Amino acid sequence: MLHLFSNNTALFGGAIIGLSACGMMLFFGRIAGISGILWNVIQTPRDHLPSSGFFLCGIVLGTVCVAYISGVEIKPIQSNMFTITLAGLLVGYGTKLGSGCTSGHGICGISRFSIRSTVATVLFMLSGIATVYVMKNLV
Amino acid sequence: MKYTVSQNNNIRTALTYLFCGALFGAGLSLSGMTDQNKVLGFLDFFGDWDPSLIFVMVGGICVTFIGYKFIFKRQSPLWGEVFTLPTSKIIDKNLVLGALLFGIGWGLYGYCPGPAIASLAYLHWETLLFVAAMMTGMFLQSKQAAYTAKKVLS
Repeated sequence: MLHLFSNNTALFGGAIIGLSACGMMLFFGRIAGISGILWNVIQTPRDHLPSSGFFLCGIVLGTVCVAYISGVEIKPIQSNMFTITLAGLLVGYGTKLGSGCTSGHGICGISRFSIRSTVATVLFMLSGIATVYVMKNLV
Repeated sequence: MKYTVSQNNNIRTALTYLFCGALFGAGLSLSGMTDQNKVLGFLDFFGDWDPSLIFVMVGGICVTFIGYKFIFKRQSPLWGEVFTLPTSKIIDKNLVLGALLFGIGWGLYGYCPGPAIASLAYLHWETLLFVAAMMTGMFLQSKQAAYTAKKVLS
C-alpha cells in the first residue's frame, strides 16, 4: 500500500511537478504556470485547446491515475457555497492580477531566481497564513 | 485516411501537452496538494503546523532549477521558436495586490489553481463551483483591466 502524503511522497511529488515544468520548457519554451495556462483557454479557447487545454485535461488524468492506483479517496473540506465562491473569485482574480500562482511563481519563477516571483510567493504564503489564522482564531 | 506531416505534428504536440499535464497532476496528488486539509495545515503556521508541503516546493524547485540550467543552454525549445519568459523585474502594485488576494482565497478554502483543477478528478460539486468561480475571477480582472486601460486612453 502506498502511503500517501508523507514527507517522502511530498518530495517525490514535487520532483514530478518539476519534471513536468522541465518538459513544458524543453518542448514548448513555456512556463508551467497553471493560472496562465487556464487563462489562455478562457481567453481564446479555439487557439489553446490543443495545447493548454490538453495540459489541463492531463492534470485531471494524472490525478485520476494516482487516485486509482493508491485507492485513496479525497473529499473536499466542509464549507458553504458562499465561502467556496468567494475563495474561487479571489484566487482567480488575484492570480490574474499578480500574473501567477503557486506553480508559475512558486516553482518556475523561483527556479529562475525571478525577483518578482520570489516576492509574490512570499506574499501569497504570508497572506494565506494570515487568513488561516484569522479564520481559526477570530471568526 | 492519410495524415499530413503538420497534422501528425499537431497530434504529437497535443499528446505531449497531455503527458506533461498528467505528470503535473500525478505530482500534485502524490504530494498531497489536492488534500485541502494538508494545505490548510501547512498554512496554519501558528497552530498545528504541518510542514510537509515545503518538501513539494523543495522537490519542485530543485528539479526545475537543474532542468532549466540544461534547457537554457539551447538556443530554442525543441518544438518552438523561442523560450517565452517574463522579463519584468519591477515589483508593482498589481503583483503585490494580486499575490495578497490570491493568498486570502487560498487560505479560505485550501485550493490554488493547479490542485483545484486536479481535484475535478474526484467529482465533487464543491470543486466545480470553486473552479467556475476562479475562472469568473480571472475574467472579471481582465474586464476591469481593459476598462481601466480604456479610461486612461480617453
